[in-house]
Amino acid sequence: MSALMVAVPRGALFDDTLDLLDRLGTDVSEVRGNDRKLLFAEPGIVTMRPSDVPTYVEHGSADIGITGKDVLLEQAQRKVYELVDLGYGVCRMVVAAPAGGDPVASALKRLGRVRIATKYPRVAARHFAETGRQVEIVEVKGSVELAPLTGLVDAIVDLTATGRTLEENDLVVLEEVGVCTARLIANPVAHKLKAAEIDRLVQRIRS
Amino acid sequence: MTHPIPPGTRDVLPDEMRELRALTDRMRAAFDRARYGEIHTPALEYEDVLRLGDERAAGAAYRLFDEHGAVLALRSDATIPIARVVASRYQDAEPPLRFCYFTHSYRAVDRGVGESREFLQGGLELIGDGGAEGEAEVVTVMVAALEEAGLRRHRLGVGDSALYRRLLHSFGVREDRHTAVMAALSQRDLVGLEFEVGRLGLPAAERDELLRVPEMRGGREVIDRAGGPVGEALDGLRRLHELLERRGVADRVIFDLGLVRALGYYTGVVFEVYDPAVGFTLGGGGRYDDLLGRFGRDLPACGIAVDVERVHVAQAAEEALR
Repeated sequence: MSALMVAVPRGALFDDTLDLLDRLGTDVSEVRGNDRKLLFAEPGIVTMRPSDVPTYVEHGSADIGITGKDVLLEQAQRKVYELVDLGYGVCRMVVAAPAGGDPVASALKRLGRVRIATKYPRVAARHFAETGRQVEIVEVKGSVELAPLTGLVDAIVDLTATGRTLEENDLVVLEEVGVCTARLIANPVAHKLKAAEIDRLVQRIRS
Repeated sequence: MTHPIPPGTRDVLPDEMRELRALTDRMRAAFDRARYGEIHTPALEYEDVLRLGDERAAGAAYRLFDEHGAVLALRSDATIPIARVVASRYQDAEPPLRFCYFTHSYRAVDRGVGESREFLQGGLELIGDGGAEGEAEVVTVMVAALEEAGLRRHRLGVGDSALYRRLLHSFGVREDRHTAVMAALSQRDLVGLEFEVGRLGLPAAERDELLRVPEMRGGREVIDRAGGPVGEALDGLRRLHELLERRGVADRVIFDLGLVRALGYYTGVVFEVYDPAVGFTLGGGGRYDDLLGRFGRDLPACGIAVDVERVHVAQAAEEALR
């Protein structure tokens, strides 16, 4: 599998992903011990933030990659193939709001729309559209939990693994949008031209 | 002072233009040698005429009114206009007819980055040949044209757009349940496909068959290894492989049983064009046996087109390797 260039997400999925590659026989020791280096030519690994993985894979700079389903949902327009649900990195995409009352329902009732802060504007917009509610999306880059506490928005759509951060900011989950796990994705051209290498990898992941 | 142009369009300046011109000249020479005559059709067509070919006017994204209030559309591909030309201008001509083209087509840009609103397609259409012979011919001519353009490692993906639906039918899956399955397949969302196929409630063997097909791609062995209902459905591809072997281009072809194309008018074999230097497909095509009939001249046909600018990127990469 040395012929494949793999895009590996730094952040929450990093350790599990390196463990997986380890099990598949890739030497990842150099990647593990190095925070700043980004490209590791020998094992064929590039590291990046999870939301960049679909970009590199779509353009073929990496043949395959690992990223969260949340990223894939938000970037649904990317032309990449989703090959395997890797099962780890389990998170819930939820609608959450300050505890006490239902600010979403009351905003909808009185103002006809709800204001939502999120790092996932497309996922949030789709969720509210599908449930027939008008929404105003406020895209933020940093800690989303802050937005409803300052009155910027009524509620948030965000990813939560343990619920700790929500809890500490007195936010409660109102609805679940979906469950997200890590996925193996492939570049469409590499999927044909490097079929044998990719299939071998997929088979070993599944077994 | 600078002035904007719409995203997805661009100006081509002399240095690039010279290279593009040289590239299309070489491809045109290859088409010409195979007796594909170059054809030009207007960028603007009557929208209702385009609609004859495809309900969505092949996805035409730009419409305008002429001075009489008729709706015009910018063509979104070259194949439907050529079908119109054959029906109108070649009513009695003895098939087969061979045409090639280098024309701009226009599509909407979903996301702004890396997509062209206006793109130059080079392609060929073989009209009136309904068999694997015709398919082998267009594949061979396109492989040669790309070679002439300076590519060395290009490959053609070959699949059958009707295969998966036929499988679903043979397993007794009702038509109204095909949509979600086909949507997952056409995006090669194999996790989503597993979910959708799982919901059909089929016996394990049939379910596994449906999940295996999108992974079946490679050389001749893909066809040989396919058994059961899939294997029986592959006679056309088997024959195509024989013909390609005889023409010496079989090693250029990757059979890909999960291949489906977005355009609605394909009826059988479909193609995609790849080069390892480019992460996107260079182009595609296939067999469209019903399209000409909709314009009033019922002839089978097939064709392939490539995005010339992407071929240029591949060619530049090949040059850098040398």
